Amino acid sequence: MSSATLTRNHVPRERTRLLHRFSTRHASWIPVFAAIAILLAMLIAGQLYFGTFVTPRMLSSLLLDNAYLLVLAVGMTFVILTGGIDLSVGSVMAFTGILGARMLAGGVPAAVAMPTMIVCGAAVGLLVGVMVQVFDVQPFIASLAGMFLARGLAFVVSLEAIGVKDPVITWLQSARFAVGGWYLGPEGIAYQPNGWYITPTGIIALLTVAAAFWVLQYTRFGRTVYAIGGNEQSARLMGLPVARTKLLVYVISGSCAGLAGVIFTAYTGAGYSLNGIGTELDTIAAVVIGGTLLSGGSGYVIGSLLGVLVYGLIKVAITFMGADASWTRIIVGALLLLFVVVQRIIVARSGRR
Amino acid sequence: MNKLLRHRLVLPIGALVALILVNTIARPSFLSVTVRDGELYGSIIDILRNSAPLMLVALGMTMVIATRGIDLSVGALMAVSGAVSLTIIAGSPRPNDLGVIAVAIGAGIAVTLIFGVWNGFLVAVVGIQPIIATLVLMLAGRGIALLITQGFITTINSTPYQFMAQGYVFGLPFAFLVAVAAIIVVAIVERRTALGMLTEAVGINPTASRLAGVRSRGIIWGAYAGSGLLAGIAGILYSSNIMAADANSAGLNIEVDAILAVVLGGTSLAGGKFTLAGTVIGVYTIQTLTSTITFLGVPPAVTPVFKAAVIIIVCLAQSSRVKGWVRRLSAARPPAPPRTGAGAGEPVRLGQEVQVP
Repeated sequence: MSSATLTRNHVPRERTRLLHRFSTRHASWIPVFAAIAILLAMLIAGQLYFGTFVTPRMLSSLLLDNAYLLVLAVGMTFVILTGGIDLSVGSVMAFTGILGARMLAGGVPAAVAMPTMIVCGAAVGLLVGVMVQVFDVQPFIASLAGMFLARGLAFVVSLEAIGVKDPVITWLQSARFAVGGWYLGPEGIAYQPNGWYITPTGIIALLTVAAAFWVLQYTRFGRTVYAIGGNEQSARLMGLPVARTKLLVYVISGSCAGLAGVIFTAYTGAGYSLNGIGTELDTIAAVVIGGTLLSGGSGYVIGSLLGVLVYGLIKVAITFMGADASWTRIIVGALLLLFVVVQRIIVARSGRR
Repeated sequence: MNKLLRHRLVLPIGALVALILVNTIARPSFLSVTVRDGELYGSIIDILRNSAPLMLVALGMTMVIATRGIDLSVGALMAVSGAVSLTIIAGSPRPNDLGVIAVAIGAGIAVTLIFGVWNGFLVAVVGIQPIIATLVLMLAGRGIALLITQGFITTINSTPYQFMAQGYVFGLPFAFLVAVAAIIVVAIVERRTALGMLTEAVGINPTASRLAGVRSRGIIWGAYAGSGLLAGIAGILYSSNIMAADANSAGLNIEVDAILAVVLGGTSLAGGKFTLAGTVIGVYTIQTLTSTITFLGVPPAVTPVFKAAVIIIVCLAQSSRVKGWVRRLSAARPPAPPRTGAGAGEPVRLGQEVQVP
């Protein structure tokens, strides 16, 4: 009897200790788990509320509709991990988009236009990085200058939208690799032929995520990014190449914005200089919802993927409900608040330990 | 002379004077002010009047930036205050009644004051980074304003309400006088009491100032509340100018202009020392720049490039490295100042943060 009570009391204590150890060792992953939980909760709630919500087609279009945002969020994750911020991504996306559309309309082959778009994005990123690293301008202001510059350059290229009919660019969007899939409808399990699909833009976005994950977790450069975000002074004293790394993260963010320009041009079938106004805030919101700390040094690119999906799902749910679009902003704001408060609590608790 | 050149307001004043010179050369009538019916008219007067909302917002922003913060929500708050007060006036049977208008204005400003207090609560009490804490309302605020106006652009006809943006008192635009009053009130509160010094102490080192007995929480909270209040008044002025509550475009990008004005004036985004005079000059520089672009017939498309150039030049001129180059001291450069970004001031948590999971 006494031994039974002992074991019965012992087991939960062991379990809480394991949980405790797990949560201390993986404290930086907890916001990512929170993002997964929110994503699942939204899917389940949507399924229960609408009857037919989680279908292969909806999930596939989620990736298609948010591929550009995903690429932007990947670049932004690098910058935020170093403790910086990049406000220029939205207008860089518009600038490279309209530049590419103009070049394609002028008869430049897509094989030249697409790399040029990415290089132009990288150039704006380099400018921001030089201002931040060499001239000690704050990232907020430096990238603000980049934002105005890119938007102005976009206006200079063209004020009107330019349609894109290039077969390569349209293929990126229209080609669909599809398989059928089952889903739970109101009349039970139903089959959707060609329900699961992925477009080349979606593949590019997922490859970007995979590449960023590999770079951040398994390369020296990636570890240096985390070290700078943790404490720049210490990173410098440890002999890590701080200046080079900080320049590079802005170049990466700019290149990602250029790539997002390619994807967005393919997605909308046109380049337009007013594209992507406010997209930088959506991107930051998605990254923060994905569990990356704005103070830098903690976060995962997988989290940003989840953040983008949560963000996209909110938009889908609002459309499903037929509610006013103004609710999107309010809900995104509320979710953002929820996440930063959760993060704050986690940081406060792990700091106390 | 050298001492005079090193004064921190030299650069902002120089920029403003240069802009005015460019304008006067391009258009000799730029500086002329005509008197009609005892009221002043002219390009300069237009700049003074149109800059009123930006001035109010920038004054609040200066206080917030001095505490090492930033307030991105001001533009959205302008939309909210305009939406609230115009909805009240539009819903009342007597839109010209002064009592109704007073209630409407009071309600609009009260709502933004509450939002400002909310921002301050998130930053000072919960401890969220200012960019994100105010980003919440920046995203949600316009949605709230759209809900208040039910997705429409509410328009009204009310002469007394219109007076605020377009009326004249003592020959000067009423909006300009509101801005001057705000400058005087903020200057007295900050500089004639210890509040300004305490704000700077909090901005320079929050931990040290708390240990020294400064109630940093209350001061930070107050800065955001004040910023919300001023943004509310700015929103009323804006809506009175166009006599409509446009939830999408009211105060759009004004947070960017306000931050620029503060930085142009010489207040560092890293917090600490602030200068109200610098902010005032910064605001007039930005407004003159906007007008210059129109006057000179620069295509509106190029405006952002123009602005980017100004930001880059001013930031580089303020950068310690360029100053070092100018003084030809780059050979014996002093060690770079400690970065005072978002993560500064926190204890070193390197081992924990860099851990490979």
